[in-house]
Formats: sequence, structure tokens, C-alpha cells
Amino acid sequence: MEVYLDNSATTRVLPEAAELVTKIMCEDYGNPSSLHTRGMQAEQYLRYARQTVAELLKAGEKEIFFTSGGTESDNMALIGCAFANRRRGNHLITTMIEHPAVLQTMRYLESVGFRVTYLPVDGTGRIRLEDLQRAMSGDTILVSIMHTNNEVGSLQPVAEAGALIKRMNPDTLFHVDAVQGFGKARIFPKKMGIDLLSASGHKIHGPKGTGILYIRDKVKIQPILYGGGQQMNLRSGTENVPGAAGTAKAAELVYAHLDGDLERLRRCKRRLIEGLRELDGVRINGLLPDHPDGEGTAPHIVSASFRDVRSEVLLHALEEKGIYVSAGSACSARKPQPSATLRAMGVENWMLESTVRFSFSVYTTMEEIDYTLQTIYDKIPMLRKYTRRG
Amino acid sequence: MRDSIRGSRAEMSSRPGNRQTRPGAGTNEVDMFTAFLIKYAEIGVKGSNRYLFEDALVRQIRFALEKCEGAFEVRKNQGRIYVEALGEFDYDETVDRLRQVFGIAAICPMVYVEDEGFEKLCDTVVGYIGETYPDRSGTFKVNARRARKNYPKESMEINADLGEAILNAFPEMKVDVHNPEIMLNVEIREKIYIYSMEIPGPGGMPVGTGGKAMLLLSGGIDSPVAGYMIAKRGVKIDAVYFHAPPYTSERAKQKVVDLARIVSAYTGPICLHVINFTDIQLYIHEKCPHEELTVIMRRYMMRIAEQIAQETGCLGLITGESIGQVASQTLHSLAATNEVCTLPVYRPLIGFDKQEIVAVANRIGSYETSILPYEDCCTIFVAKHPVTKPNRNVIRRHEQKLDEKIGELIKTALETDERMIVE
Repeated sequence: MEVYLDNSATTRVLPEAAELVTKIMCEDYGNPSSLHTRGMQAEQYLRYARQTVAELLKAGEKEIFFTSGGTESDNMALIGCAFANRRRGNHLITTMIEHPAVLQTMRYLESVGFRVTYLPVDGTGRIRLEDLQRAMSGDTILVSIMHTNNEVGSLQPVAEAGALIKRMNPDTLFHVDAVQGFGKARIFPKKMGIDLLSASGHKIHGPKGTGILYIRDKVKIQPILYGGGQQMNLRSGTENVPGAAGTAKAAELVYAHLDGDLERLRRCKRRLIEGLRELDGVRINGLLPDHPDGEGTAPHIVSASFRDVRSEVLLHALEEKGIYVSAGSACSARKPQPSATLRAMGVENWMLESTVRFSFSVYTTMEEIDYTLQTIYDKIPMLRKYTRRG
Repeated sequence: MRDSIRGSRAEMSSRPGNRQTRPGAGTNEVDMFTAFLIKYAEIGVKGSNRYLFEDALVRQIRFALEKCEGAFEVRKNQGRIYVEALGEFDYDETVDRLRQVFGIAAICPMVYVEDEGFEKLCDTVVGYIGETYPDRSGTFKVNARRARKNYPKESMEINADLGEAILNAFPEMKVDVHNPEIMLNVEIREKIYIYSMEIPGPGGMPVGTGGKAMLLLSGGIDSPVAGYMIAKRGVKIDAVYFHAPPYTSERAKQKVVDLARIVSAYTGPICLHVINFTDIQLYIHEKCPHEELTVIMRRYMMRIAEQIAQETGCLGLITGESIGQVASQTLHSLAATNEVCTLPVYRPLIGFDKQEIVAVANRIGSYETSILPYEDCCTIFVAKHPVTKPNRNVIRRHEQKLDEKIGELIKTALETDERMIVE
């Protein structure tokens, strides 16, 4: 049995999306900027993609931009806004648990003279609005807060943050990295006071190399890529038509089944957590679904720490049984340093090296969860028997 | 993978101090070089079996150049080896390839021309100096060799006349017969060869002239360097890697394959044996004192490596050990691991400091791959305070606790040996 539980790293592409991508690549391969019919045809696909995403976000078509991925969307939002609004102020706010695409961009902006405040999180991996309120000042031009944390699945209070920011300073821009949240929750930027929102295609069963950036009308932003002036002069480069259309198709289908899927994912999550709690020495990171505030956690991510088991060893042991999980987050698994999110949450030291992330998708079933639990029950005692002694 | 080889090449030819590698930097003068004289140092002092070494070197050069763009003729002629390009070729690529062939002491890019009279030769030589040394100054000496004895001038005469021609053309240049900056060699054979530059080669002896040995290859910095150094003495290399899933990952294994491939650029194809060591490791962990795990584990690695070595005709084992580097590499530990096998164990890095090893790793292009961070989930097999002075009698006694199952486990490990040819 193969059980892929690493969907926060990437997902399998939906067949309908793959078909559309193939069709556009092989048959309707025009450049949307060309004047002839092939170009027109390509432009139609792009419009379809833009319309679809716009509808899902309840946004205008002109507010949707396609990029090469979540990383580019984040870079464009932060760098583009920071530079375009520099005259208004020099201060940026983000959180300590952002994805590196945001954190490293912030570090870059610091290096060119911006001042950045990193908000701490509580033990459940969420920021406190009081901290945000305190950090805001007259020269804060941009706040960037992620929607769903990629490592432990904590949901940030983005709507409340949006309201707070706009109340304190209507000119302060609010960016939300929704790479893990898009496709798992309904997000309506206008209602939530969000000015910019990043999403990625391959996390929602679309193709890799595709990203979405929502930019509210009238937001002052400048491009980070220069060239042929595509996408209203903001994102030059021939549009990735198959990628954008494939992503839109995937998003369309994912949202069409969202309610049923969410229900199932929550049940899977509950089952996995309950099963894991039956073992000794297992700690679930972040909020539990049965917590009164349980809605503050994503339906598809479970982060668990196994005492006396190195996460990478457990990962490979599960792999032998066809189960794919992640040690920390896939983006950081190549680097040996412990997770910044877990550290920010103040977890105990042993947990930093012993944490595994399970992340589900629309394909995940209850049988897969049961099989995974059974395998863990089989493996953990063996792995614990051989721990580092003396 | 290919990239790392390429990376290493780039690194080599751009090393400062080796500017000579590419004459007339930045221009197209290299186009005039269409042949190379290959100098070899040690083979030259061999006795009656010298031809064996020369033939091996010719073979290795041909093999190395197979992957280069263009066709080449490799010839042995009167105690020298010539590489001639037949038509278009890539100078940089060819030189970089040749610099990986053990046995080559130096590579001299040559210009060769038809004999069209001495006047013409003077023009050619002046042109050569002008293009190869754009600043046209410094001291020089002409060193002519008249292999074709019917050439109208004698060597000494050629030296003097060519020297004069150069001095006339470039008044800034001076003759220095004792310690010239430019030693201009002119060889008169059927054709006339002109060369003045020496690109250092790796030295050593051609691979395949010294039998075969088994390298214990880990994912670290040392073992690829150890393999390189022994191969440099003409020894063909096979390798064994001990894989411990799930404690070591597929990526760690891939890294070892990548390292073997980097080393194989010098040694030729390497037969890599991947041995699943998990069960043996767990069994040792279960039965033996934790502080002795590493030593006992290494003893079993040596035993297994020796068995494979003997089955595949290897005449020794190679490790990357260096005295005192870690607990398992003290003299006591080395004595303990050494006593389990009868084949000689070659430890070319034994007296090297880490920095010295890293320098070689950088030069051969294995360092960047070696420091990739996948491995060492095996830390559970490493005691916080491993023994640094294991007592061999104690170790032997503790190993007896393994008697019940260890034979069977080793047999299984050998039977499931995964072999691959890496090149």
C-alpha cells in the first residue's frame, strides 16, 4: 500500500488539470501576446484561469496575477510593495514562523535598510493580536502574516489582523501567504482586509512552477521582473498559460468539493491524532481539534513528536512500508538546523529532532490513516529499543 | 553529478598560479595548439618492463579522451607520448581531461608545422612567441632537438639562429641559457614541433598497472580522497558502502554513488558494492557495550569488505583513516580494527591533517558533495563517550556474544550485495 502523506510538500496533479495542461502544451500552444488566432486562443485560457481564481477569491479579474510559484508571489508582494511605498515609511511586520520565502525576503529588505518586526507566537503556533497592535507604528507600510503554518498547521487570525491593521492605519498594506491555506479554506481578501495574497498551484493538485498573487486594485506596487510588460506591466515574461490554466482547473475542482473534503480531512486528522495519543511519549504540536479553539488549526496537517525517535529515522522506516511523511517541512529537511516554527513555539528540545509532519490531501482516506497508525505502532517500539544509550 | 565533475574542472583550470593552462588568456591563440606532448616522470625510471607502463598510460589517455569532443591520435614514439588532434577539438576540455590521467607529469601544448625551410621556421617561431607571450619580454632559451638527422642545420646552430630571430623581432627579450623564463623547445622530426609550456598533470602511475584494491567508501570527506590517492599509484579501485536503512537515507546512498562517480573520473569505472548493514548494526547494538559499538561495527565492516575483496580479486583494502581524527581512529582502535583481516589495509591519509585532506578533496572535486548533510541518522549507534583505547582482548570477548547469529547475518548481507558499475 502506498500512502502519500506529504501533501504540504507537494500534491499529485488532478487528472483533469493534467489533461488541460497537456492539451494547451501540445495543441493550443500559442503566446497570448501574439496577434493571430493562436495567440487569441491562448489568451482565452489565461482569461479562464484569471476568472476562475478571481471568482474563488471574490476578487476582480484585474487583481489576479500569475507567477512562477509561491516563492515568487511572496517576493513580488513584499519587495514590490516595500520599494513602491518607501516614501510612506520604513517599517515592516511579519511573524517568526513564516515560510523562508517570506522570512528570507524580509532579511533581504532589512539588508537594504528596512526595519522589520518579527512577531512571536504562543505555544499553539499562533500570533497574538496584542503583539501586532503593539508593533504597529506610524511608519509601518506592510504587514505579512501567513494563513496556515506549513509545519504545524496553526491558523493565524488573519481576518482579525486585517481588521486591526486597517483600523489602526488604512494605508498599511496587509499581505497574506496563503500557500498552505488556499484550497483548504475559503479566503476572501476584501472581506478580511487583505491587500495581497500568495498561493501556489502545486499544493492544490495543480502543476509545479505556478503561483498566484492577488493584488487589490489600487495597491501601490512595483515589479521585480522587467521585460515585455505582460500582466499589466507588473510581471513581465510570457505567461505560463498551461500552468495558470492547470492551476485554475485544480482550484476550481478542489473548491467544488471543498465542504465534503474538509469534513473527511477533519475526521482523518482526528483519527490520526487519537491513534497517536495511544502511544506513550508522543506529543501533538499545535492545537487539537477537540480544543475549544480547535478551528484554529488546519484540517490537513498533523505535526507529532515521538520521544526517543529521530524524525528522519522514523521517516525512512515508514517509507519502507510505502508511507511518505516529512521530517519538519520538506523545504527545511535538507538543512540540518531545527525548525524555526517549533522553536518559536517554545517546544522542548527533544521535540526538535523528533518531529514528523503528516499532511493530507483530497486523496487521503481513512484506511490510509489506519494503515499508517498500524505501521507506527509496529515500528516505534523497535525504533525505541535502539536508542542512543550512555 | 556531471555538474560536479564539471565544477571541479572549472575550479582546476581557473586556479591562480596555473595561468599557463590557457595560453594567451582570453584570445583564440589556443587554436594554434593541435597536439600535446605528454611527459611522465616515474615511468621513465622503470627498467625492462617500462613498455608495460607506457602502454597502460597510452590506454588510459585514449580512454580519457573518448569522452572529449573530437578525435585524437595517441602515439608512443621514442620514449614519449604524443596526443594529436585530428581535426576540430575543444582545447580546454582536452587539457582538463588529460589532467585527470594518472601517470602524466606534465602536458605540453604543441604547435606542429610542416618543414618548409628554415626561413619559414623562423617566422613560425617568432609568431609563436608573439602570440603565446603577449608582453613579449623576459628571458628565454631555445632548445632544439634534431631527431631527423638529415635536417640541414645542427641543433646548436638552430638554437643560435632561432634565438637571433627572436631577439630581432622582440628587442625586449633576453637570452638566459641557465635559468630562462621561457624554455622554447623545437623538435625536428617528420614535422616540426614547437612547445614552451608545461601544464602540470596529476603525476603518479597509470591506473591498472598496480592491481586492484577495495575502498571502504563512506559519505565523508576522507574516503574519496583515500581512493584517489591509492588509484594515483596505478591501482584499480572497487568500493564498498555500508547502507543502514532506515537509519541512513536513500539520499545518503545516492551521495556515495555520486562520490564514487567523481573519483571514477580519475580511476576509471568503479564497481560499487552496497551492503545492507542494518541488521548487523542492530544486533551489535543489542549485544555489545555501547561504548564499543563503533569499534566492533568497524571490525565487521572490515571483515565483510575483506570477503568481497577476496571474491573479486582485490589485493588490499583502502580506508580514509587518519590517526586520532575520531575515537575509532586512535592507534588502539586502528589496531583493533586491523587485526580482523589478513589483507593489507592501505591508509594513505594516515598522517594527514583534516585541512590537508580537505585541500585534496577540493582539488579533485569531491568536497562539495562530501559535505552534503544527508547521513548520520546513525547517531544512535554512536556512544556519547566511545572507547578511545579499546582493549583487543575485551573486544574479542564481547564479540563472542554475537556468535549465535552474526555468521548468518553476514551471509545474508553478502548475498544481498547490490552491485553497480559507476563511471
